[in-house]
Amino acid sequence: MKYYALLIACVIYNLANAQECTSKLSGKVNDFHDGSNIIGAILHIKELDIYTTTDLDGGFVFQNLCDGKITVTISHVGCDTKELDVVIKGDTQFKINLEHHIEQLNEVTVNGHLVGKQSKTSQETLLKTKDLELFSSGSLGDVLKKVSGVSSLNTGSTIVKPVINGLHSSRVIVMTNGVRLQDQEWGVEHAPNIDINASGSISVIKGSGALAYGGDAIGGVVVLNSSPTILKDSLYGKTIVSGQTNGRGFSLSSSLYKTYATGWYINGQATTKYYGDFKAADYSLTNTGLKSNGFSIHTGYKSFEKGFNIYYSYLNNEIAILESSHIGNAEDLINAINTQQPLVIDDFSYNIGFPKQDVTHQLIKADFYKRFKKFGKLKVQYDFQNNQRYEYDLRIGEDRFKPAIDLTLKTHSIKTDLKLDSNIGNTYEIGLSGSSQNNFANPDTGVRRLIPDYDKYDFGVFLLSDFTLNKNVFLDFGVRYDFNKYDAKKFYKISRWEELGYDADFSNLIIDEQSTQYLTNPIFEYHNISASAGVAYNLNTNSKLIANYSLSSRAPNPSELFSDGLHHSAARIELGDLRISQEKSNRVSASYIYNTSVLNLSFETFYNHIDNYILIEPTDTEQTIRGEFLVWEYKQTNASLFGVDLDVHYQYNKHWFASNKSSIVKGHDISKDRPLIDMPSFKTVNALSYSNKKWWHFNSELQSELVLAQNEYPNNNFEVYIPTTDEFELLDISTPPPTYHLLHFNSDITLNISQKTNLNIGLRITNILNTSYREYLNRLRYFADDLGRNIMLQLKLNY
Amino acid sequence: MKILKKITILLFISALIFNSCSSNDDNPELVIEEEVITTVTVTLTPEAGGTDIVLESVDLDGDGPDAPVVSVSGNLDANTTYNGSIVLLNETESPAENITEEIEELDEEHQFFYSTTSGIATFEYNDTDANGNPIGLDFLLTTSTSAASGTITIILRHLPNKDGENVSDGDITNAGGETDVSVTFSVSVQ
Repeated sequence: MKYYALLIACVIYNLANAQECTSKLSGKVNDFHDGSNIIGAILHIKELDIYTTTDLDGGFVFQNLCDGKITVTISHVGCDTKELDVVIKGDTQFKINLEHHIEQLNEVTVNGHLVGKQSKTSQETLLKTKDLELFSSGSLGDVLKKVSGVSSLNTGSTIVKPVINGLHSSRVIVMTNGVRLQDQEWGVEHAPNIDINASGSISVIKGSGALAYGGDAIGGVVVLNSSPTILKDSLYGKTIVSGQTNGRGFSLSSSLYKTYATGWYINGQATTKYYGDFKAADYSLTNTGLKSNGFSIHTGYKSFEKGFNIYYSYLNNEIAILESSHIGNAEDLINAINTQQPLVIDDFSYNIGFPKQDVTHQLIKADFYKRFKKFGKLKVQYDFQNNQRYEYDLRIGEDRFKPAIDLTLKTHSIKTDLKLDSNIGNTYEIGLSGSSQNNFANPDTGVRRLIPDYDKYDFGVFLLSDFTLNKNVFLDFGVRYDFNKYDAKKFYKISRWEELGYDADFSNLIIDEQSTQYLTNPIFEYHNISASAGVAYNLNTNSKLIANYSLSSRAPNPSELFSDGLHHSAARIELGDLRISQEKSNRVSASYIYNTSVLNLSFETFYNHIDNYILIEPTDTEQTIRGEFLVWEYKQTNASLFGVDLDVHYQYNKHWFASNKSSIVKGHDISKDRPLIDMPSFKTVNALSYSNKKWWHFNSELQSELVLAQNEYPNNNFEVYIPTTDEFELLDISTPPPTYHLLHFNSDITLNISQKTNLNIGLRITNILNTSYREYLNRLRYFADDLGRNIMLQLKLNY
Repeated sequence: MKILKKITILLFISALIFNSCSSNDDNPELVIEEEVITTVTVTLTPEAGGTDIVLESVDLDGDGPDAPVVSVSGNLDANTTYNGSIVLLNETESPAENITEEIEELDEEHQFFYSTTSGIATFEYNDTDANGNPIGLDFLLTTSTSAASGTITIILRHLPNKDGENVSDGDITNAGGETDVSVTFSVSVQ
């Protein structure tokens, strides 16, 4: 611990006065982590162009040097090359600590998050910059669907939530730049507020094994990393512009990086998107446009021993929602479903009318890290997020421009973690985190709050360790404790309070009575334990087996506890339940991975047993003056999910490739012995690719996407009395849409404009045959078809 | 261990931050609900004179669990034309707010639709908005020639497509918009 100054040379001067050009420079080179001698490091004096290497003790010596200032570079296989200015005055000694874990360091850089690769024994897939650039105009949910086993829960085509192995919303943690995104992710129609253009790569970790991010990721973790900073004097950037026929819009994203060899860096990035009404195969989807503007700034200092980062991002999305999807009561829903076409079909327009969402997310983060010799790395981070969500319904008169939902969510978080990596082959990591969150529901909306005002406090502590037993066996273990506390203030209609039986169970929560409502103050605390254990075993040089067990528990989210009211977009009354407790997941997974230059194969399977699984299901109908409505209530059951994800990539020769991605998940409600609602159906994507470097790096790919109808679903259909006809009619909200098959085509070439500048031109056609289809996991499937053909041209300039 | 010390300091700072961020204990304001309709009153006055028949649906807890209380003051006479008028109130406020006035003000954005079962009556709009399209606050109801029992359903939509096919004739099929009111009364014609 005495060697606080990192990676520096400690120069000791020999007091003896020497004659010119007879001085000696000697010293030792040691490993930064464990102090071991580094053998065979090459030292080079730039001015004299002379070399020497270190001996078995890590020692070196240069003879016959002149006094004065020289520059020495030290390099070694697997190490960062170091450059040091040294003043020679007589015989000079010199001690150098070299970072010898460059391979591990690289992993940290590739994964880019605070704790390195968390998931050597989890099912992790990395999407690289090239994959993300292809989806520059799309959303996070769109790009994640490239990963086998990841699907999406959509509200139209622009609100896309990732679904990992059948689970979504609060069960999926999204980490951006080391910050856990807090953007009211509990809502099924709330998409993550992420501009994928701000990310360099994305890791998808299935299951809750990555405990450093949280103990409640029953579905998985999505980790967005910024592009790694290159430590050299450089100025570079890229611009991606794309235009597309469907939505008649464009997307423009530009970024600029300035880096210095000294370790300082600054970069900025901005994206704008503008789309009008999208189009299904046969008709225009009136009021489905999108306006999105975002930017981010990232600066800091980075060296191996220490560094800091400051990051700010802003993103505003104004998203129109299909006008025909906002209806009235159950009868209107039956009519909408039976009509099989939206009631309102107008000509194309760029106008974003009502209903719409207008969401602004701001994030600021500062972190600092420092490595201690022969010890480890300490990191401290603070972040603040402000999420402002407005949702507009179809209202009239003066209320027309007034939001029906106006929520401000503010989250402060602080966390620290300490990684002990001085023992080769064995690391420990301890982390602490705390956050304080405030939700404010503005009463000026004139609509009863769906989500109440609340304060939430979280505290987490975790311990992770891994062991490399030998070159073929790697083990990791983790344990985590989380504490969550809600302190909410919520109005309940007295009739509802009594109907839910709260007068018997929660009468102590009432703090006031106004008009026909109680003001209540629910304060709930949850203690959660999660744990993970995994093994990675190399069968031979080409194949390995990975197995992981993880236990996780998740406290209910505000929507599950407090929802109470009419949800216009769904024509239903949604009710939370104060009695809901944590859900607890036990998940086991196993993967087989085979990699050769010809064939890459990954076969992943999992079984997830969830006790007290929280779900929302229709339970009843209620008569109001607006007509009859379905009541959807949050409830708990025991559930199991089982699934298989397959990813095969076969290289026939240097031009032709073929690939397949398939996934299936089976969800079962154990308590009721029936299928779980909203489970993704079987999907298989086959692709045939041709590449030729001689033709301006030409790539092309024809893709076939087959999604089978979900034939396992719970029957939640209701008979609804239709007063106008005096008959009962079936409200079929359960039957999934039929099987569909889509063809897509991708192609691109790259032109070198100058040594440092290249231009990539891409053409992408989705749904080539303009097929009409509906997707089970699109909440607007009752009202309209999904998107028709889209032709997109994308230009990417790297400079 | 200096590191432990640093972590301790850090936790201390974080505790300070959390304390300073914790919100005050003010209670949230009660939301004054706008656009709430609790009471629909349909008054049917015989054209030739006689006793008014009043149909009423009252749902004081709005989208709460209590069902609306529906009442009909009497039976309709066969083969008779009634002048109908509709009054909407928000009785969660005191005094009750008259929503009818708001509809009259924004008449181009509202339309009522009527229907019956067992063919007990036919309807005709008796008012128009600035574009000459019906509103439906006032209407004429003509009962069937023979005695029958059935229901009368009255639906109010806001932001309907008033130019939709047959919408101005009172056909709801192509009207679109969002339903504000959907009330059904059991009525006998004698």
